[in-house]
Amino acid sequence: MKILVPVKRVLDYNVKPRVKADGTGVDLANVKMSMNPFDEIAVEEAIRLKEKGVATEVIVVSIGEPKSQDTLRTALAMGADRAILITAEGEVEPLGVAKLLKAVADEEQPGLVILGKQAIDDDSNQTGQMLAALTGWGQGTFASKVEVAGDTVIVTREVDGGSETVSLKAPAIVTTDLRLNEPRYASLPNIMKAKSKPLANKTPADYGVDVAKRLTTLKVSEPPVRSAGIKVADVDELVAKLKALGVAA
Amino acid sequence: MALDPETFDALIETIRRFVTERLRPLEAQVGEEDELPAALIEEMRQLGLFGLSIPEDYGGLGLSMVEELKIAFEFGRTSPAMRSAFGTNVGIGSQGLVMSGTPEQKEKWLPRIATGEIITSFALTEPDVGSDSAAVKLRAVRDGNVWKLSGTKRYITNADKASLFTVMARTGGAGAHGVSAFLVPADLPGLTIGIPERKMGQQGAHVCDVNFDDVPVPAENMLGAEGDGFKVAMRVLDRGRLHISGVCVGVAERLIADSVAYAVERKQFGKPIAEHQLIQAMIADSKTEALAARAFVLDVAAKKDAGENTTMEAAAVKLFASEMVGRVADRAVQIFGGAGYIADYGIERFYRDVRLFRIYEGTTQIQQLVVARETIRRGG
Ligand SMILES: Cc1cc2nc3c(=O)[nH]c(=O)nc-3n(C[C@H](O)[C@H](O)[C@H](O)COP(=O)(O)OP(=O)(O)OC[C@H]3O[C@@H](n4cnc5c(N)ncnc54)[C@H](O)[C@@H]3O)c2cc1C
Ligand SMILES: Cc1cc2nc3c(=O)[nH]c(=O)nc-3n(C[C@H](O)[C@H](O)[C@H](O)COP(=O)(O)OP(=O)(O)OC[C@H]3O[C@@H](n4cnc5c(N)ncnc54)[C@H](O)[C@@H]3O)c2cc1C
Repeated sequence: MKILVPVKRVLDYNVKPRVKADGTGVDLANVKMSMNPFDEIAVEEAIRLKEKGVATEVIVVSIGEPKSQDTLRTALAMGADRAILITAEGEVEPLGVAKLLKAVADEEQPGLVILGKQAIDDDSNQTGQMLAALTGWGQGTFASKVEVAGDTVIVTREVDGGSETVSLKAPAIVTTDLRLNEPRYASLPNIMKAKSKPLANKTPADYGVDVAKRLTTLKVSEPPVRSAGIKVADVDELVAKLKALGVAA
Repeated sequence: MALDPETFDALIETIRRFVTERLRPLEAQVGEEDELPAALIEEMRQLGLFGLSIPEDYGGLGLSMVEELKIAFEFGRTSPAMRSAFGTNVGIGSQGLVMSGTPEQKEKWLPRIATGEIITSFALTEPDVGSDSAAVKLRAVRDGNVWKLSGTKRYITNADKASLFTVMARTGGAGAHGVSAFLVPADLPGLTIGIPERKMGQQGAHVCDVNFDDVPVPAENMLGAEGDGFKVAMRVLDRGRLHISGVCVGVAERLIADSVAYAVERKQFGKPIAEHQLIQAMIADSKTEALAARAFVLDVAAKKDAGENTTMEAAAVKLFASEMVGRVADRAVQIFGGAGYIADYGIERFYRDVRLFRIYEGTTQIQQLVVARETIRRGG
């Protein structure tokens, strides 16, 4: 089966985000960008399935600014076979992304779409679920284990207080959680070879999808600075304070 | 081959992550155990690090000198012993073969050197032969289809892991023209390796004696022409000195970053020590010298890539960069104060590690002689 893996270019996870002075968003000028870590896990899982002989081809797709090409090259260097870049200016909301992915899925007919459970920039945690709704395929979200036998996909899910195992029939949607795997480093020779792997350039119009924004961002602000704590003399004072704050009866 | 900028950026980015996520957390452990974990060396193989300077036709990356240096800067940001694991394959252990080997010799060895299946070592120094390396005593005597090698090599990096040595041996009369180079597989009869020496620093990288007792080396393993061995060795060192200089720059940058991180946190006399001008002077001196060394070595590397002879410049930059990192490490210990002397902070380890750079691949004094000789010859 083919596996489709969407990857997003986001602010690098080591960079401390700075909110723009006018509060319209996070300042991305001259800061390091890299592949969304959950997507890296998705790419790794797809490549492992290919190495096991389950997948025949791993296709990566990215939606965003032209620079997203670098993110696709990283995925190709890790071991994906080919890439599709859908260039779109500005922010594309999860619904727009899901519609585009649906169109790509219609064209490519993958047996599995593996997505990150969320992107670390907007933390939406919606795209996989929306894609499942649009395609009508089964979904196994927050995966910590994925096993494929024929057209059955067994997904172990991270849920509150434990794990849940679901069985899906391919084609299906999987979203990755942190514990699914530890992504490999692309080897240096493979980084050099990635340049010659196929990368198709598309636009939302090619798929007839309208990605106009439906939401308006009113304000983006820094998290409040943590104020200094207070010292209590003994347990009695602690209990009294908690009661005064209304957090203990 | 010069790579396109995007590909090279991706390469550097991967190495930076590998150094940060995999190597730096192991610095203290490697320093104490004097051994790199086998799994880590395997990861280095998977990454392709052993083939950085091996031509693409033989399965390596075929990086230019400038590109190799930018990678050396990155590996300088962790304990130098980490780089030593693949360092000989990138530098002194492989370059004799790359520069002077026949197509048959290259075909036979280079692909396995590029993957790291074969670890290589460079064996020039002997118990009685150090700086005056043209005086090698290890004898090679022709006997039919083989040369029989007898003698001892000393302080040979990675000797205990190597399966192939580049050995300089005396095939003729006294002086440089009596020396020939040989490719010597470690499994030949009569070749034995001593136990690793206990060293001042760079724990995790081993040096040993290599003993030769009538080791029969096939005649086709001679590297370059008979009597060219000293030339082969010097060409290898010309390149190696640039690589070492790059590592010196990287370590200096690491130590400056660590010093600054400490100085902005550590408070004495009511403010961070970074706000005391005497500390600022040390930071400024270290930064200035590191910037100078970086620019210098990149300039020489670009000249080398353009095909110019850089023997004098390589000696000058190795002299400057190795002395520079010595001063930077000394200042780092000073900025850390008592902590700089205490093992847990890791600064004293770097201080010991960098001492080697002024000694191997030609001591500071030998670089001075090379620079002076050539400058006098050129008349300025
Ligand atoms: C950790 C380590 C790894 C090494 N790895 C290798 C390796 O892989 N392969 C290899 O072949 N060798 C290796 N060496 C050897 C190294 O290259 C030599 O130690 C170095 O060249 C100096 O030689 P020496 O130790 O014999 O010192 P000597 O040559 O005895 O020098 C002693 C002192 O005399 C000075 N001196 C010598 N001649 C002159 C002169 N004409 N004028 C002024 N001063 C002079 C030197 O600068 C030095 O200060 C390694 C050494 C070490 C410590
Ligand atoms: C092996 C060892 C043995 C020791 N034994 C003893 C002992 O027996 N008894 C004991 O009491 N202590 C002992 N010490 C502590 C030692 O005296 C201190 O480490 C030393 O005084 C430096 O203090 P510090 O480590 O806190 O460094 P810091 O005071 O934090 O200094 C850090 C750096 O900032 C610089 N600095 C500080 N203030 C200024 C300023 N105003 N302007 C410019 N630069 C400044 C310092 O010179 C130094 O370079 C020992 C330390 C060691 C390492």
